Amino acid sequence: MSKLRYERPVIQKMNAGLMNKFGTRTEYEPVKQIDGVSVASIIKEYGSPVFVMSERTIRKTYKEAVRAFKTRYPKVQFAWSYKTNYINAVCNIFHQEGSWAEVVSGFEYNKALGNGVPGNKIIFNGPEKTNEELLLAIKNDSLIHIDHFDELYQLIEICEHLDKKPRVAIRVNMDTGVYPMWDRFGFNYENGSAWNALTKIVASGKLQLTGLHCHIGTYMLSSDAYAVAVNKLSDLAFKCKSQLNASIQYLDLGGGFPSANTLRGAYLPASDTNPSIDDFAEAITNAILNAGFKTDELPLLILETGRALVDEAGYLLGSVLANKRLSDGRRATIMDFGVNILFTSFWYEHKISPAQDFTHHTEDMVLYGPLCMNIDMVRESVNLPLLNRGDQVVVHRVGAYNMTQWMQFIQMRPNVVMIDESGNTHLIRKAEDLKYIEQLEEMPKHLSSISL
Amino acid sequence: MQLRKNIATSESGFIFNPATGDSFSANPLASEIITLLKQGLSVSEIKKNIQEKYDVENGQLEKDWDDFLLQLRDANLLDN
Repeated sequence: MSKLRYERPVIQKMNAGLMNKFGTRTEYEPVKQIDGVSVASIIKEYGSPVFVMSERTIRKTYKEAVRAFKTRYPKVQFAWSYKTNYINAVCNIFHQEGSWAEVVSGFEYNKALGNGVPGNKIIFNGPEKTNEELLLAIKNDSLIHIDHFDELYQLIEICEHLDKKPRVAIRVNMDTGVYPMWDRFGFNYENGSAWNALTKIVASGKLQLTGLHCHIGTYMLSSDAYAVAVNKLSDLAFKCKSQLNASIQYLDLGGGFPSANTLRGAYLPASDTNPSIDDFAEAITNAILNAGFKTDELPLLILETGRALVDEAGYLLGSVLANKRLSDGRRATIMDFGVNILFTSFWYEHKISPAQDFTHHTEDMVLYGPLCMNIDMVRESVNLPLLNRGDQVVVHRVGAYNMTQWMQFIQMRPNVVMIDESGNTHLIRKAEDLKYIEQLEEMPKHLSSISL
Repeated sequence: MQLRKNIATSESGFIFNPATGDSFSANPLASEIITLLKQGLSVSEIKKNIQEKYDVENGQLEKDWDDFLLQLRDANLLDN
């Protein structure tokens, strides 16, 4: 006779009077496959932990966002925000769908060029641009978004020796009614700096003023703030036309749309509270259409949406390393992934699902990563089934920022796999090894041998 | 290892400690262990029972047993 399935013994205190009136329930439905490919088979082939990107979800999310804007406004262009996820295979899905590139460093700029993005479809943002990088961007006719006066004068000086006028925009920061106000990037609208910069650009005679850019914040929970931003940019555009005789061809509203990840400390899940992409599209396009532009002079609307387009498509698969009980009785579970590769666990309460069947019994636990560092905590408190060593889990919505902000700290960064639309898996970034990590190190001769 | 004498349990895994007023829910194996403890079985007899009935390695059971002991202590359900 075969033996019964074992589940370790557990008791849980019942707390009467602490019912959750919103009825959100524990996530203990197992997630055994992603786009039809079993989690166990991915881990078997590519190891644990492993990041998985779904090509199908990226394309679907992108198409939905494009539809939300293009059904409301005639001239829309998305530019893929490289810093959100610059693994080339991911970038090229967006480029295949028609997205330009939005980069914030020379490194990202060259990545976009290497991916085959034409120079005139690269938007060059950010506070640091070297002379060499600016020269390359000018040569390629890229859209250069100026961040500060020093960069404006740097650009004018470079152009003294060129017979080409670069296409430029300024980044504008402004009060849109949200806190905190992002004023460290770009020129301020309210104190007149933005207008001052625009007049200097036109007066220089060296630059082609083509657009206006803003990026009012990140993980914005109000679509109305974008309408305020549109109104202020439109006001500048009208002044450019009437007072500087410069026609603004595009308004770049930047990024900042949230994904469905729940922020740490949030009372309700993000899926219940965050505005949808349609809400943002409605607010932005209505504001432009009502700003007073003539129909044949409507500016191109550029969007640099990153997180909202890719977060959902990313998964992190991992395994349980150990269980322990803390001094106060709480259960602690140690995973083989931590804040080193799941950087966004500093901000989000990531949804985590077991990848195998469980009973309905669950327990509250702290989820720790594998690092020998106190900060390595993935979830401070999460209710999950009774996990054992070797059990596998799926972390959801990790496609944005993790594969760019991850750290090679104590552990190495793992494989990244993409599942294509036919359900085939492709390795799109290899796991690091010691040789890769040490290849840039140099050993002074007097330190090359030791004797202990 | 002995449970407090007046701990009330039900077949469905409900545990009540009248001394503190606390109640707990137990999963099937926890409930089974508590029932066997109440019947006066020794720790080694209970472990043997579990190993005969369930698909579990000895090392796993030892680890989980120690953890369960901590849970019972933390819940103030043990006599000492």
